[in-house]
Amino acid sequence: MLTKRIIPCLDIKEGRTVKGTNFVDLRDAGDPVELGALYAKEGADELVFLDITATVDNRKTLVNLVREVARHVNIPFTVGGGISSIEDVSALLNAGADKVSINSSAVRRPELIDELALQFGSQCIIVAIDTRQVNGLDWVHTHGGRRITEIKTIPWAKEVESRGAGEILLTSMDTDGTKAGFANVLTAEISSHSSIPIIASGGAGSMEHFYDVFTEGKADAGLAASIFHFKEIEILALKNYLANKGIPMRI
Amino acid sequence: MKIAIIKYNAGNVASVMYALDRIGMKYSWTDEEEEIRSADKVIFPGVGEASTAMAYLREKQLDRLIPTLKQPVLATCIGMQLLCKHSEENDTTCMGVFDVEIKRFKSTELKIPHVGWNSIEAQGENKLMKGLSASEYVYFVHSYYAPVNPYTTAICDYVQPFSAMLQKDNFYAAQFHAEISGLAGQNIIENFLAL
Repeated sequence: MLTKRIIPCLDIKEGRTVKGTNFVDLRDAGDPVELGALYAKEGADELVFLDITATVDNRKTLVNLVREVARHVNIPFTVGGGISSIEDVSALLNAGADKVSINSSAVRRPELIDELALQFGSQCIIVAIDTRQVNGLDWVHTHGGRRITEIKTIPWAKEVESRGAGEILLTSMDTDGTKAGFANVLTAEISSHSSIPIIASGGAGSMEHFYDVFTEGKADAGLAASIFHFKEIEILALKNYLANKGIPMRI
Repeated sequence: MKIAIIKYNAGNVASVMYALDRIGMKYSWTDEEEEIRSADKVIFPGVGEASTAMAYLREKQLDRLIPTLKQPVLATCIGMQLLCKHSEENDTTCMGVFDVEIKRFKSTELKIPHVGWNSIEAQGENKLMKGLSASEYVYFVHSYYAPVNPYTTAICDYVQPFSAMLQKDNFYAAQFHAEISGLAGQNIIENFLAL
């Protein structure tokens, strides 16, 4: 049976792992290669590396980091942050990334999704959507959630799928960092109208939150950072808990 | 041991190379007939679209070379589909090592493509799953599948049971990505290299 995926996310700044609350107040917490390999060993189904301060200067550092991760990790991993061209994607895939995640650049120029899907195949193109509720409506945000756009989240999710995204990484800025649970209503709304997998992100604080996002939220994968990072929840314990509650898990 | 990874236009093979690096094996990435023929093991990986991949293989005459190889060959993902007879993906005639038709998943309930970790069950004597459990989780990403057929050596269930692995003589094939399928995937690659 196809399992639900548990995905630790490693936020990267200048080649180091960090994690903040609501994307500010960063705290250095380790070597991404070592942490990635450890997560893989502990049963993570996939890894996401997000370069949160992506700049041109940092590109080389990131490509070198991706190469090191690929040498040490035997599960699929995604790299995101500041990716805006075919050349960026090509460099990361050649360095060993299995997938890339694009966000602001897709909002700026949606045709980029079509171009990347055509060039590299949909299977390696994840579109990350950062969403926040304003006056009861869900709006796409960019720049790490700081900037609102004029795009509504649900139609945008449909558009990225039709343009060739292989998966959607949906982060709720309302729940991110709160540890109060994922945005299950919105995640379910998007997942049930979509043929591509939805990775839910933002708000994981307990094992039960993962159960909720896989049942109520209809998510295909659950992503979290700090709870794994600071060992508040161990991956294997989480997977055992979910398996015992009837969620298909790779253990 | 000489390992040749066949170079063509289907997707990104970096993860296959890194998987070989992790187990300490050297390899060459090549489309040269001589180098491929003289290798002890040949890996035919790939991610991509069937008709574009076949057009490139024809242009390089690799479509004639590959089916005549005598050493163990491991084809993965689109590589496996290209070794079959025909694919529904853009109505593509493939190399025909396996007399099998590749079909598209159709479902109103399940998401297509089939993405993620799913369990495979070994069928009969599956040399590549030697030492593994009869059921293992491996990583899939695909919209097209090989139905269960006389060459099936492992079955996966998504929409309906389909072939996760095939074998005929020296040709071994896997629909999943062994190179990123954790320890199970690594063992499958090691078993192939030990043939």
